[in-house]
Amino acid sequence: MNQNLLEIKNLSTSFRIGEEYYAAVDDISLDLKENEVLAIVGESGSGKSATAFSVMGLHNRAKIEGEILFKGRDIANLPPSKMNKIRGNEVSMIFQDPLTALNPLMEIGKQIGEVLLLHKKNMSKEERRKYSIELLERVGLPRPDRVVDQFPHELSGGMRQRVIIAIAIANKPELLIADEPTTALDVTIQAQILDLIRELKDDLNSGVILITHDLGVVAEMADRVAVMYAGQIVEIADVESIFVNPQHPYTRSLLSSVPATDHSEDRLHVIQGIVPSLKNLPREGCRFKARIPWIEDAAHEEDPQLHEVSENHFVRCTCYQHFYFKEKSKGEQANGVTES
Amino acid sequence: MALLKVDDLKIHFPIRGGILNRKIDEVRAVDGVSFEVPEGETYGLVGESGSGKTTTGKAIMGLNNITDGEVYFDGNHLNDKKGKKVDVRKDVQMIFQDPYSSLNPRKRVLDIIAEPFRNYEKLTKNEEKKKVQELLERVGIGADSIMKYPHEFSGGQRQRIGVARAIALNPKLIIADEPVSALDVSVQAQVLNFLQDIQKDMNLTLFFIAHDLGVIKHMCDRIGIMYQGRLVEEGLTEDIFNNPQHIYTKRLVAAIPDIDPRRREEHHKFRAQVKEEYQQSFYDYFDESGLAYELKNISDTHKVALPERG
Repeated sequence: MNQNLLEIKNLSTSFRIGEEYYAAVDDISLDLKENEVLAIVGESGSGKSATAFSVMGLHNRAKIEGEILFKGRDIANLPPSKMNKIRGNEVSMIFQDPLTALNPLMEIGKQIGEVLLLHKKNMSKEERRKYSIELLERVGLPRPDRVVDQFPHELSGGMRQRVIIAIAIANKPELLIADEPTTALDVTIQAQILDLIRELKDDLNSGVILITHDLGVVAEMADRVAVMYAGQIVEIADVESIFVNPQHPYTRSLLSSVPATDHSEDRLHVIQGIVPSLKNLPREGCRFKARIPWIEDAAHEEDPQLHEVSENHFVRCTCYQHFYFKEKSKGEQANGVTES
Repeated sequence: MALLKVDDLKIHFPIRGGILNRKIDEVRAVDGVSFEVPEGETYGLVGESGSGKTTTGKAIMGLNNITDGEVYFDGNHLNDKKGKKVDVRKDVQMIFQDPYSSLNPRKRVLDIIAEPFRNYEKLTKNEEKKKVQELLERVGIGADSIMKYPHEFSGGQRQRIGVARAIALNPKLIIADEPVSALDVSVQAQVLNFLQDIQKDMNLTLFFIAHDLGVIKHMCDRIGIMYQGRLVEEGLTEDIFNNPQHIYTKRLVAAIPDIDPRRREEHHKFRAQVKEEYQQSFYDYFDESGLAYELKNISDTHKVALPERG
């Protein structure tokens, strides 16, 4: 059994609005092993990025409670001087938008050199340049010796994303967080980037947290999946259980709203209502209740907990036992991909 | 007869340079594209960024200058240099990609949706208000929100306001340029369902531009695949997905993530195989200057840009 690379225990991240703090991430516990891909799925506003930013220590004014154990050491609320030693070194992040994540006024080589400068102090300028070129080659950029002297605007979106990945893996991180790494990219380039992340993960034996709302990407990359809604994990299981045997109403609704390419039904499923904003999050009872009003109140737990429905498959609240899609009768419930 | 017919459309952008700012070269953004869209159908144009799909859409709207070729709408020649200019802007409307930037943040919903009326119809204040309320209800937003500003709505609601504005003048054709790519899946489902509903209600023709093949497959009757300014394959949705012929289409179809993790290995193998084929035979599918060949029928509905053989 692999040892846990990352263990998040009862993490809450709250932001201040006016005078009060509101928890965007509400009591989350997760763990990640070496060479494992954990996907965090959810709509915008579900707290998935806030979780990742908490691990990276990138929240400036947020209140972070709970423990984030990285190789057994608590890195939550580390002072910046200490966090700077870890960030970009043992833990690093691939950002979503390759257009804004790179500095437009700096050559590619310099931007990669920056991480090296911070964490590998004994490297000379020439060595840094040589290593940068190696990295660019590693991520599959053509003619890396030219790219190293180019500016971001001279590269295409896919190439820029590769540069971002090169920066992220410069110090061979043990934990890699990828926040929507392919959302801005075309499908063919997306496939290449995903292949690249998978390859790098195997090479470096690092753990990957993949944050995305694209369920296709999850099905392809993840070993385990955590589904988040309104700051909580509502379901967590291995990837097959999530797609083949989803339990929580939210997971099931999400899966049936994807226009999948192999079974085209006429109507896509629509989840009623909207994702509540941070201020209006329901703090008591089942948070998904308002979106499935046709399920009787008695089905919900008063204080919803995660229940283990089968080995390592956890579902929050008891409402999953009583859930059915409104449009369909109880008999013919859609159940993830099995219906195709 | 087809509602929209595009014949050998070419759009070249000049590159200027030198001290006299003369034209020194040109970018062939769209280089000989032809297709027809029958009334009431949904046509999907797919391609990677830079393939010219948005440029084509904009040219139909009259937002780009057409270098060469013809666009016919409802039998009218739209870019006839000699003949009378036909104003079809009322009948052709557009839905934009980003619902956050396509609505003016300083205007009320009432003013946003009433703008087309103010341009084309003379209505009194009350009539206008009534019509806007009707439209809002039609797109599933409460009629009492006419005095609200765009920031008070969620992404999906905003996109529906965009749709309300587009259908205000009862258009015949709607050009939707990546209408859902900025939205979450559940909201995306909402907007797609809704587009299908109004299409049925109003007998609309939809011209759908997207790079998400899942969405395209769900929505479209016919699909055109664009690569570097030309169509490489065109056909019914079944033709494209079940029997892709051009190497680029094959690659595109193989790149779609499979939603079933149980088939992951299989899918990876298939993709690697297509990739290999792509690398080996890529140049067989394009002529010396890197352009796709002419489209040729391989069945009644299915056209592919294959090289001449034998």
